[in-house]
Amino acid sequence: MNMNFLEFEQPIAELEAKIDELRYVGDDTDINIGEELSRLKAKCKTLTESIFANLTPWQISQLARHPLRPYTLDYIARITTHFDELHGDRAFGDDPAIVCGTARIEGRPIMIIGQQKGRDTTEKIRRNFGMPKPEGYRKALRMMKMAEKFHLPVITFIDTTGAYPGVGAEERGQSEAIARNLFEMAMLRTPIMCVIIGEGGSGGALAIGVGDHVAMMEYGTYSVISPEGCASILWKSADKAPDAAEALGITSRRLKELGLVDQIIKEPLGGAHRNVDATAVSLRGAILDTLQSFDGKDIDALVQQRYERLMRYGNFLEKDSA
Amino acid sequence: MSWWNKFLPTKIRTEGGSKKAVPHGLWAKCDACNAVLYRADLERNLLVCPKCDHHMRVGARMRLESFLDPEPRMEIGANLEPVDALKFKDQKKYKDRIVQAQKATDEKDALIVLMGQVLGIPLVAAAFEFRFMGGSMGSVVGERFVRAVDACLEHRIPLVCFSASGGARMQEALFSLMQMAKTSAALARLSKAGLPFISVMTDPTMGGVSASLAMLGDINLAEPKALIGFAGPRVIQQTVREVLPEGFQRSEFLVSHGAVDIIVDRRDMREKIASLLSILTRQAAP
Repeated sequence: MNMNFLEFEQPIAELEAKIDELRYVGDDTDINIGEELSRLKAKCKTLTESIFANLTPWQISQLARHPLRPYTLDYIARITTHFDELHGDRAFGDDPAIVCGTARIEGRPIMIIGQQKGRDTTEKIRRNFGMPKPEGYRKALRMMKMAEKFHLPVITFIDTTGAYPGVGAEERGQSEAIARNLFEMAMLRTPIMCVIIGEGGSGGALAIGVGDHVAMMEYGTYSVISPEGCASILWKSADKAPDAAEALGITSRRLKELGLVDQIIKEPLGGAHRNVDATAVSLRGAILDTLQSFDGKDIDALVQQRYERLMRYGNFLEKDSA
Repeated sequence: MSWWNKFLPTKIRTEGGSKKAVPHGLWAKCDACNAVLYRADLERNLLVCPKCDHHMRVGARMRLESFLDPEPRMEIGANLEPVDALKFKDQKKYKDRIVQAQKATDEKDALIVLMGQVLGIPLVAAAFEFRFMGGSMGSVVGERFVRAVDACLEHRIPLVCFSASGGARMQEALFSLMQMAKTSAALARLSKAGLPFISVMTDPTMGGVSASLAMLGDINLAEPKALIGFAGPRVIQQTVREVLPEGFQRSEFLVSHGAVDIIVDRRDMREKIASLLSILTRQAAP
């Protein structure tokens, strides 16, 4: 079992291992295996296509958390230049679970804010598994206010299981920090684009997720509660997570249908981690298009539209008040 | 309680679950000090134990009834009803849960909004009904809250909200999460208009409600010993794997950590809020 492949990806992993083996053999024999190789490669592509054509929401949520999935800094390195990470909330500390900074994208100055998970164990711990604390959200807010002051568009990358549920986080006002961001982002007088690049975990994700354009990577997820959390509360068993994932409708396709996200950014066959460079190109394209759509827009009109969009969220029945 | 019930004739036995609902029957027991209380006395005391001052949970109607002046009153958003747009089904259908909650509470959803006065000061007051699916915030709660804010903007009057909620309503999935953004945006508009918002956190105020409208008061009040926080204590315990400090996430803890301004006894709530609002709106003392 290859740990870099998810359970449902294992048939692909096996086939790829076979191809690698064959390549290795091919190197030190005269036998022409080119034909066999290209046959296997084609088979692998078909297999991947068929597996990925019918992913369940639960499988997609595993993809969103894939150990090799590109994170905020992977994208920043590929799509921006002149990135300078800016640290600290000026009150308590610096939260490595949220990365902020100024940068350029094709020369255009931007403010970029993203949640950051760790790749290896040391980094995972340092970044608290991408679960921000109040100082992280307050740092993000400080950067947004700076962006407002200097008329820089804000780009946020959302990728978190959720805001950190810990004693210190509660002591320092996790609720207030999230609430304050929602309050301020609603009226921030500069354009905001949000991209769910991986996991959009509840209030911890939304706290950097209020904007004028909300895009979502094809295999990202966005939910009010994790499928496991929902399953253990409503089904009284975390094993029912696949059912919960289905019921919650956490996938980009479903959320686009429901009008909760504006755009789906396609990922390469097999997911973003199979070709990070190609994914970054698509993401950069989407960001540039959105930035262009902000150009010359009256800021009052933009803030008004953002407000109206927020007010439209919800489903209810309105009876005639007699 | 069980030993007590054995001694009492059925007529004066209270029904179980006094924590969840306003208990019926002639007698009630304090959850905190176990004192047996005459129900009429307890209700006159706004469900605060006369022996130990423990604040029991109050339903939304009773809350607003005791908070507002008797006249004038006008309900806002009563014509809004929840729908199961996503056909959400866990072990039970959301549709059935709605019907069940509506029957149990005689309310359409978990937030009640009334426009009225407190000691002659005009305002809009909202209160969460915890017995309606744990006071969870779905689309109707969000929309009613926004209409409460709109009424404040229209009449240029302050807003007071009594929170009692477990958080977002899972059965409305991402739509419920978006109510956090929606209600917070409405409060941003209220704030911009220079109108006061007093948030009163009561037991319990957790999750998505705490992390949106409840923490955004110009002044944040709390009832004594209310549980207030983002993550539930059980979730935190599972994460940090240590015993949580005494009084963790209680009102007093929030005051000492700077998240709440004042703890207010329920019996003083009217006078306290009227006094604060009269100062914030630069009017004569009520």
